Amino acid sequence: MADTSVAHAHDTHAHDHQEDGINWEGGEKVPFKASYGKLMMWYFLLSDAFTFAGFLIAYGALRFSTPTWPEADFVFASFPFVNAHWPLIFVTFMTFVLIFSSVTMVRAVQEGHRENQRGVVFWMFLTILGGATFLGSQAYEWTTLIAKEHMTVSVNPFGRHTADGVYLNADGSEAKNEDGTPKAFAKGDNYLLHKHNGEFDIPKLKYTSGQHAGQVKDATFGPKAFGALFFFITGFHGFHVFSGVLFLTIIMINAASGLYAARRNGYEMVEKIGLYWHFVDLVWVFVFLVFYLL
Amino acid sequence: MAGHQTYEEQKALVFRGLLLLGAITIVEVVVALLAKGHLVHGIRFTEGFGHYLYMLLMIGFSLYKAYFIIFYFMHMAYEVRGMMLSVLLPTTLLIWAIIAFFQEGSSWGARRELIREKNEEVVKPKTGQPQGYLLPAAEWPRKG
Repeated sequence: MADTSVAHAHDTHAHDHQEDGINWEGGEKVPFKASYGKLMMWYFLLSDAFTFAGFLIAYGALRFSTPTWPEADFVFASFPFVNAHWPLIFVTFMTFVLIFSSVTMVRAVQEGHRENQRGVVFWMFLTILGGATFLGSQAYEWTTLIAKEHMTVSVNPFGRHTADGVYLNADGSEAKNEDGTPKAFAKGDNYLLHKHNGEFDIPKLKYTSGQHAGQVKDATFGPKAFGALFFFITGFHGFHVFSGVLFLTIIMINAASGLYAARRNGYEMVEKIGLYWHFVDLVWVFVFLVFYLL
Repeated sequence: MAGHQTYEEQKALVFRGLLLLGAITIVEVVVALLAKGHLVHGIRFTEGFGHYLYMLLMIGFSLYKAYFIIFYFMHMAYEVRGMMLSVLLPTTLLIWAIIAFFQEGSSWGARRELIREKNEEVVKPKTGQPQGYLLPAAEWPRKG
């Protein structure tokens, strides 16, 4: 790219400064042989990377500061139209959607360099479809967590037991499974508190190990920070995807109208939004790692 | 992009990227499900050495995916070296951020009980007498 854009700078400089796609003032020498817009997009992405890194590091610090933390394969296990416990399968699908839309974006940029307007519009359209699918998937995930499992930024019904024990009935007797065995739990087991007529149904537990062995306690909510971090971080990422889809749409319409063809700079605008779009995928790699894999 | 590549080579790179990223993601998820005990009954790596190995593997895979996206999808591999360094070097600051904040979080976690006790502690004076004394303003010791 560097070579071609410099070449364009030379042949367009004389007649139209605005359309040369370089827009650096002050002479022929171009810093890093890159156009102003592209370089600034990179530096914007660098600053955005720090924002996301700050969020994800906060997740790590808060997770380390809390005695228990809900396990991702327990929390993220729902799948649309299927009433089953399929751990991590839906987020894997979401990851694939983003990878596909990244790949179609690369194709759009390549067609742009060949000045192939139809190709640019076609591949950008597929990219937008990918982005919209991802947003829809995220809407499903959020809806399940909020409406079905009652997680909010300040209430997290996903907890983990800190010791072995058994569940108790309301009258204080030991709860039994259907086959008559005691309803027991082990240290580290995940649980979800359910709502009953709009109120959380908090079961009583009797611990059989650990520092509270023999005592009867109420089940507790999971660490609050989990819900807050989940909604803030995936929400911030989803906001990036959403604004990416908006910009992709605008740029696709511009490309279809012939605006970038007239600039004869290899569809540099498509390349710049491409950088942003790949960055959104890049951030998802780490959100996926931190929230769902570790 | 990248003047030294033909159009066919570029398209091949895109296809390779799709396969590579897809394959790594599938491996990641399969390993995650195995490590969390969903695939083989009785096998899980959620504690001790196996867990560290698992986390290291996942971080390694993710960093490789990030490298591929930055260098080939975002074409950093074909940019001027100085530009690459100006973007990538600042991110090394995050290494210290990770060390410092994780240390902070662990330390907070280790002291939770102490912090709770200190918060609930009621401090009582040792005797009924005032500790220390107050003088009327006129009797304040003055210098000189």
